[in-house]
Amino acid sequence: MLALLAKRLVQSALILLGVAAITFVLLYALPADPAVLLAGRSATAQTVANIRHQLGLDQPLLVQFWHYLGNLLQGDLGRSFTQKTDVAPLILARLPATLTLMAAGIAMELVIGVSLGILAALRRGGLVDRLVMSLSFVGVSTPQFLVALLLLYVFAATLGWFPMSGYGTAAHIVLPAATLGILGAGWYARIVRSSMIDVLNQDYVRTARAKGLSRRRIVLRHALPNAILPAIAMIGIDIGQFMSGVVVVEAVYGWPGIGQLAWQAIQQVDIPIIMGVTLVSAAAIVIGNLVADLTAPLIDPRIRAG
Amino acid sequence: MFRTLLRRPSLLIGLIVIALVLAGALFAPLIAPYQPDAQMFDGLSLEGAPLPPSHQFPLGTDTLGRDLFSRLLYGARTSLLIGLVANGIAVLIGLLIGTIAGYFSGLVGGTLMRFTDLMMAFPALLLAIVLAALLHPSLWIVALVIALVNWAQVARIVYTETRSLAERDFILAERAMGAGHLRILVLHILPHLVPTAIVWGTLGIATTVLLEATLSFLGIGVQPPEPSWGNIVFESQSYFQQAPWLVFFPGAAILMTALAFNLVGDALRDITDPTQRGRG
Repeated sequence: MLALLAKRLVQSALILLGVAAITFVLLYALPADPAVLLAGRSATAQTVANIRHQLGLDQPLLVQFWHYLGNLLQGDLGRSFTQKTDVAPLILARLPATLTLMAAGIAMELVIGVSLGILAALRRGGLVDRLVMSLSFVGVSTPQFLVALLLLYVFAATLGWFPMSGYGTAAHIVLPAATLGILGAGWYARIVRSSMIDVLNQDYVRTARAKGLSRRRIVLRHALPNAILPAIAMIGIDIGQFMSGVVVVEAVYGWPGIGQLAWQAIQQVDIPIIMGVTLVSAAAIVIGNLVADLTAPLIDPRIRAG
Repeated sequence: MFRTLLRRPSLLIGLIVIALVLAGALFAPLIAPYQPDAQMFDGLSLEGAPLPPSHQFPLGTDTLGRDLFSRLLYGARTSLLIGLVANGIAVLIGLLIGTIAGYFSGLVGGTLMRFTDLMMAFPALLLAIVLAALLHPSLWIVALVIALVNWAQVARIVYTETRSLAERDFILAERAMGAGHLRILVLHILPHLVPTAIVWGTLGIATTVLLEATLSFLGIGVQPPEPSWGNIVFESQSYFQQAPWLVFFPGAAILMTALAFNLVGDALRDITDPTQRGRG
């Protein structure tokens, strides 16, 4: 277990290093010259050269990468082009809003997905089952911005049940979280359904039934803990999907998280902010995968033994 | 063939929708009642607001008085073109990297696959946003960006399949008879990967159409006035309470197209891989 932990930690650190290398290459090797962007269109050649020197852009690439890595390790993500402040505190200030939204979205996805999945598995071939199987496809084929705008139109603009946008009360989080959760729920239902069907056919479930346990107790206490494992593993893999979804959802609902920060940065071509958000998201994905790998044996003793 | 189609209504429906969208895109100049960028005087109400669907404008008009139906038809060209080109490139890169990594396992394969894992650690949309923000977006740049983001998954799957193929006896026999690496890869491994390439070539178009729409919706995809389903929503989102059809119809077009490609791709996967039939 410790050896596995160490191996996965080293792997994750290497992937993060690679992620940093790619963002560095993107930032410095592409046609857009950061010094020109920072100086503005009317700057003289001398100003551009000064800024280039200040940023250390006149040094060899490897030296620059070394400095970049050193800065990253100290939590320095560079300076914003437009806001004249450091990127790291900007992102840090907005991280809680995004994490709250993601947690609510994942919770909604799991609650809808797992309950639909159980119902579909119990009534195989029934109405719920067929609904789940088709919904899972509709879910992966629907653009998130469409769901966001439709929910906004129906539940905020027309019915007035929830606020149009903003942040603060519990009512504000319902629509953004629903947008994040609804589309993926069909796929989770599909996963839970098929693992539930597998589990319900196993001997220990038959034993439980032979003992005369109630159907409810068999499904919820005996089968569900095993059937839910693939869905939990899926969350770790899905963090990337969530990170991408957060940009759209926060832009539509005016949710003050890192997605909105990135969206505003896109409009102003504020590359350090976009890079910073990308790095933080990539780190979240790597950590998500790591946590998924490491929690699986805690939930399922069979993986620990094997 | 027809029996397969009839047994799978989802495949049939998917193919019909794809055929309709394809026909709409190909024959857009013949079908479209107006020019897609014609700003018509009678396309706006007296107050200057877009018109709801009517006899004259079947799907209504947008905020500049342009006919939405005509714009959607020309937008289908953009979406399908990007879908086919971007996903075609992604599948090609994926095939190339996946077969090389799978066949030459060891240092070459290991390095390539670590790189693939690295690309999969990036959130697709954010990577696309970075690239699109750095390179000034045009139709071809958007296609290239999407391809660069989407190849990793194909490479992973092709890699796994090539690994298992490379260890099979017929490849060993081929090598014993003195066949070179290139001959084995092209003549003996690649043909086995054709079904995978077709399946991912289809499923990937759905992902690509969605990604293009999302990038355009965020304003960094295909740039107006060139119509794309995503940027039609982008242009009219601030107006959607007064004119919901401007969001609803393009959204429906994106959903139907992506769904159709997903259904057909999934059916193809079942057909080409009998071991998966009836599961999941």
